[in-house]
Amino acid sequence: MKTLAHAALALPTHISLAHGGGGQLTDDLIRDTILPRIGNDTLNELMDSAILDVPAGHRIAFSVDGYVVHPTCFPGGDVGRLAICGTVNDLAVVGGRPAGIALGVIAEEGCRRDLLERVLDSAGEAAREAGVFVVTGDTKVVGRGAGDGIYLTSAGVGFVPHGRNLRAARVQPGDAILINGPIADHGLSVMLAREMPELESAIESDAAPLNHLIEDLLSELRDDVVFLRDPTRSGLAGVGADLAVACGHRVVFEEERIPVRPSTRHAANLLGLDPLEVANEGKVVAVVRATASDHALAVWREHPRGREACLIGHVESVPAQMPPRCELFTRIGGRRLLAKPYGEQLPRIC
Amino acid sequence: MRLAEKIPLWLDLIAAVAERRDDTVRLMEVCGTHTMSIFRSGIPSLLPDNLKLLSGPGCPVCVTSQGDIDRILAVAQLPVVTCSYGDMLRVPGQDGSLESARAKGSDVCVVYSALDSVRMAQAQPTREFVFAAVGFETTAPATAAAVLEARRLKLRNWSVMCSHKRVVPALHALFAADTTRIDGILLPGHVSVILGSNVYRALPSLYDFPMVIAGFEDWQIVEAVARLMELAAGRQMVLENMYPEVVTPEGSIHAQQLLRVVFQLGDAEWRGLGNIPDSGLILAPAFDDFDAGRRYGVRPIEGREHPACRCGEIITGLVQPSDCKLFGTACTPVHPLGPCMVSSEGTCQAWFKYHRHEVAKREAAKL
Repeated sequence: MKTLAHAALALPTHISLAHGGGGQLTDDLIRDTILPRIGNDTLNELMDSAILDVPAGHRIAFSVDGYVVHPTCFPGGDVGRLAICGTVNDLAVVGGRPAGIALGVIAEEGCRRDLLERVLDSAGEAAREAGVFVVTGDTKVVGRGAGDGIYLTSAGVGFVPHGRNLRAARVQPGDAILINGPIADHGLSVMLAREMPELESAIESDAAPLNHLIEDLLSELRDDVVFLRDPTRSGLAGVGADLAVACGHRVVFEEERIPVRPSTRHAANLLGLDPLEVANEGKVVAVVRATASDHALAVWREHPRGREACLIGHVESVPAQMPPRCELFTRIGGRRLLAKPYGEQLPRIC
Repeated sequence: MRLAEKIPLWLDLIAAVAERRDDTVRLMEVCGTHTMSIFRSGIPSLLPDNLKLLSGPGCPVCVTSQGDIDRILAVAQLPVVTCSYGDMLRVPGQDGSLESARAKGSDVCVVYSALDSVRMAQAQPTREFVFAAVGFETTAPATAAAVLEARRLKLRNWSVMCSHKRVVPALHALFAADTTRIDGILLPGHVSVILGSNVYRALPSLYDFPMVIAGFEDWQIVEAVARLMELAAGRQMVLENMYPEVVTPEGSIHAQQLLRVVFQLGDAEWRGLGNIPDSGLILAPAFDDFDAGRRYGVRPIEGREHPACRCGEIITGLVQPSDCKLFGTACTPVHPLGPCMVSSEGTCQAWFKYHRHEVAKREAAKL
């Protein structure tokens, strides 16, 4: 009886402001709720900073991102999984091997503890998938109404081996553009969960850590991989438009080659969205030398996150007097601009 | 034959007919979804130079008059929750937009259907909700259903700011004005699902050009354009329904009934077309209680458009976006000055988004 009563006291069902105060309750929350889910030797020391050994000859990649997705949980993931995958992928696309993650939790007063547990479970699972540790963290609680359940911030450090040089400036006409699978699942999973919660959607977010997939490609193809980018917010269109400007060439995607699952395409139509502009969290676009594209596809298709990898376009030189741009070769043989979306994606009227 | 093999044949047919003409062939679509589909699929890049696809008054946001937009913005200044379709959010009024009003503290909520706003009003009885109803006969039945639902629930905290419009009177006004020479019309799919194909039957012979009801897939549009070229070349001024799987001669009786119960016909102000008698759907007197204009005393506002904005002429096919000196300079999707640049179905936004380098190239070639 005594043990049960103690447990009930130690593990309240809702997060209160006191859990973020830095006192005994914060310690309890860290010990009982956080460490069992994402703990490891480094984190468990609860030092003010984690200390990482940098392998000789490596440079450091360093990235940070905030995660404020609404709803907190959606088919295929939640904010915890996103926070790990997003930062791991940001490190991986510049050639970094993720070495440690810092995770900041901002919970809203009244947030259910089981929601926090689920989010941390997901973060822990994603970190194990990526083979990276959360090495330091922070917990804050804001007043009711000042947040939306749980926000996370994750920063990450990655080690970039000597000689890796992934830059848009290296992209040349003739290069091939690949992607590791179907697009738009993440954005539509979240949009449907938000806008049509009554609909039981079969679309699952693709949120996944891609560092192993990327590492396989880089170690096999080395210099033949010239540029990597994860098409998150603003989607494939955003990556294409940015890349065109950054490399100064014409980036051409072929509509017919871009994989979109039928259910995802249907949902996009329903919401009036263009799958090319919708966010992904488990996809990476690679620009490789044309001669290496078959090899690259073979390497990716060996990997569970790259089974549906395919060639989706190529880089062309820009005709005289034309600015660099991204174009779509449509399935009926037309050509049109592919521009970056403007801001919030607005549903259409009819 | 497979579809993929048919498209080149249709394109060949279009090119052949265009080649026999020494002037420019002008076809008009009157549906925002067609506009989007045409540009998204790159159809303009496949057409001969002397074939122009004009976008008529088919984008609901674009044809909404400045006065109606300002009335909605006036409501948003009141202590109410203004519920709007997403496309309306950034349309500029005399003083800001719903989006900027929201940033300054107004309660503005994007909804996907009129009924969503009724549900919200039901769930939050202490707050007042106003639904900004715009659109043609496609969205009007949903507004009608919402009004009936609000009455059934005896809601006192929900009302509607109604600017619904009817497509057919606008077509008459546009064609009768005879300012735009048109060789054929691509009639909208969605509106026709509601209205049925019979409502257009008298139009082709009256105005002397062929009309085709078409679906929204890229191939359906190419097929319809090819058919229009063929009909125009043969001087066959007829109506053809190329979307019969969803468009019937009578349309949706249920939706039409909803419209008849909840609305009555009234004059409406259209951007570009002016006042058109009987082209508006206004709440029938039995539903006065749900009229937001009446409830909050928001009077009709004399709209003032941006003096250099040519959206009105663009909607009526008189000029193209590139003819407007604001296009792509002062007026862009990020800083829109006119509704055609705001709406995702607006002609200017489609041009800017999918076509602007082609515009630049042609302009450069002219110099």
